Amino acid sequence: MSRNPVAAAAGKFPEDVVRFDDVSMRYGRGPDVLTNLNFGLAPGSFHFVTGPSGAGKSSLLKLIYLAAQPSKGLVHLFGQDVAHAPASAKPQLRRRIGVVFQDLVLLDHLSTFDNAALPLRIAGRKPADYRNDVAELLTWVGLGQRMHAMPATLAGGERQRLAIARAVVNRPDILLADEPTGNVDHDMAVRIFRLFVELNRLGTTVLIATHDQDLIARSGRPVLLLENGRISPKPAQGPLA
Amino acid sequence: MSEIFDVQRWKPAPFLPEKETRDGALIFVIAVLCFLACLTAMGVIAADRAAAGWTGQLTGEATVIVRPRGGETPDAAAARAAEALAGTAGVTEARALEPAKAYDLIRPWLGDVSDLEDLPVPRLVAVTLDGRHPATAAQLGAALTSQNIDATVDDHSIWIKDIRRAGGLVRGLGAGIFLLIAAAAGAVIAFATRAGLAARRDVVEVLHLAGAEDGFIARLFQVRFARVAGYAGLLGAIAAMAVGAGLRIAGGGEGLTPALPLAWSDLLAVVPCPLLAALVAATAAQLTAIGLIRTML
Repeated sequence: MSRNPVAAAAGKFPEDVVRFDDVSMRYGRGPDVLTNLNFGLAPGSFHFVTGPSGAGKSSLLKLIYLAAQPSKGLVHLFGQDVAHAPASAKPQLRRRIGVVFQDLVLLDHLSTFDNAALPLRIAGRKPADYRNDVAELLTWVGLGQRMHAMPATLAGGERQRLAIARAVVNRPDILLADEPTGNVDHDMAVRIFRLFVELNRLGTTVLIATHDQDLIARSGRPVLLLENGRISPKPAQGPLA
Repeated sequence: MSEIFDVQRWKPAPFLPEKETRDGALIFVIAVLCFLACLTAMGVIAADRAAAGWTGQLTGEATVIVRPRGGETPDAAAARAAEALAGTAGVTEARALEPAKAYDLIRPWLGDVSDLEDLPVPRLVAVTLDGRHPATAAQLGAALTSQNIDATVDDHSIWIKDIRRAGGLVRGLGAGIFLLIAAAAGAVIAFATRAGLAARRDVVEVLHLAGAEDGFIARLFQVRFARVAGYAGLLGAIAAMAVGAGLRIAGGGEGLTPALPLAWSDLLAVVPCPLLAALVAATAAQLTAIGLIRTML
């Protein structure tokens, strides 16, 4: 952990890529699933967010990747208050965030290669400029032999790696991953984690939501603990990966 | 690296699946609507031509009914009227019709009367007017009055007004039917767009969260449904053209009937159909998709 996230929330580190100021969130007229969150993520930091089921981990990520809005408080991304950002600015903010969804959300009618290249196409890049990079990335995540395959024919671990490749292909400033190791065996989980570490070394801010306490303990990374909708930071434990 | 997959030859696949199972029904419905729209357009063009033809014939002619005065014979009165009218500005020709013509006209009203010739039947003078500067009924009447001829001028204005009104009504009805069909096609496309968005919510969400703008996503559906509608419009236009050609051939030299003279050139009315169908579909899909995407996400 590069800095105390709570200190960042107090405004000491205005350059935080993510900052929550007194943020609460609820679905419809239900109770708050997140309550008065105050924290920040410094550029290049690596955090886990954990907590019991229903604690609001996925909701927290949704707020960051702009798939949900807070019922109270302010969310800042890259120093910009997203509540007051014009609608036209939000796609640009989203392009700076890579997301590995819990249910992966791959497009079944597109090949592995097309799925991985999707963020680059949306960003308006020309195929000639990125196809070699996509191929290299897919090879790096172990899908070099499966580029033509459709997602339905991929094994669980392969689908997971494809989702990760799609999330990182655009070299995002922030990588969010929701239970990225939930459906893979231990060895694959370690391998995926090493991918995240490598990305983090290249400068990407990483936030991983997971139940995998063993992975957290071995990673040596700081943790944001969510319980009853409230967040409390915990320092890094165990060895650094 | 895959042995089969050649990265250098890779081309991006469409964001939306190229074919959906429901496309067949959608194409059928739009093709039928386009077929009906094309038939309407051809019918309106033919009716318009018929109305213009009738109006042209009637405006170029006038009929004068001459009643003899004093001891003058009907034939002499008619000859005098024709002479007076022939010298009037705006008249190309004035010709007293044979008495038999007048008898033929009134025979249906009186039956087969043997001594019809003994009745004081008025004579008729057919007047052909100058196409560029036709004489008015008042000018013709003045010319006859100046020669002390008792006559009534019929410039067919009542008929012309009726035909013009009927022609306008046909055009209005055609335009109304055409707009109704376009609206129905738009509604069908809007419905299909809603279904398409619902069925492809996964694509919409992934694109949205990957940073695609609402307009970008809406354009995918716009282009998709414009293509489907353009293809359906082409099918409908071809079918309508085939029907039109069949009617033209069956109708012989007069087109469908003398009352509805379909010309070969009228078949070209279907040409804009695929483009119009695509435009209607694109507009409907764009408006629907933008609205839905904003509420979905």
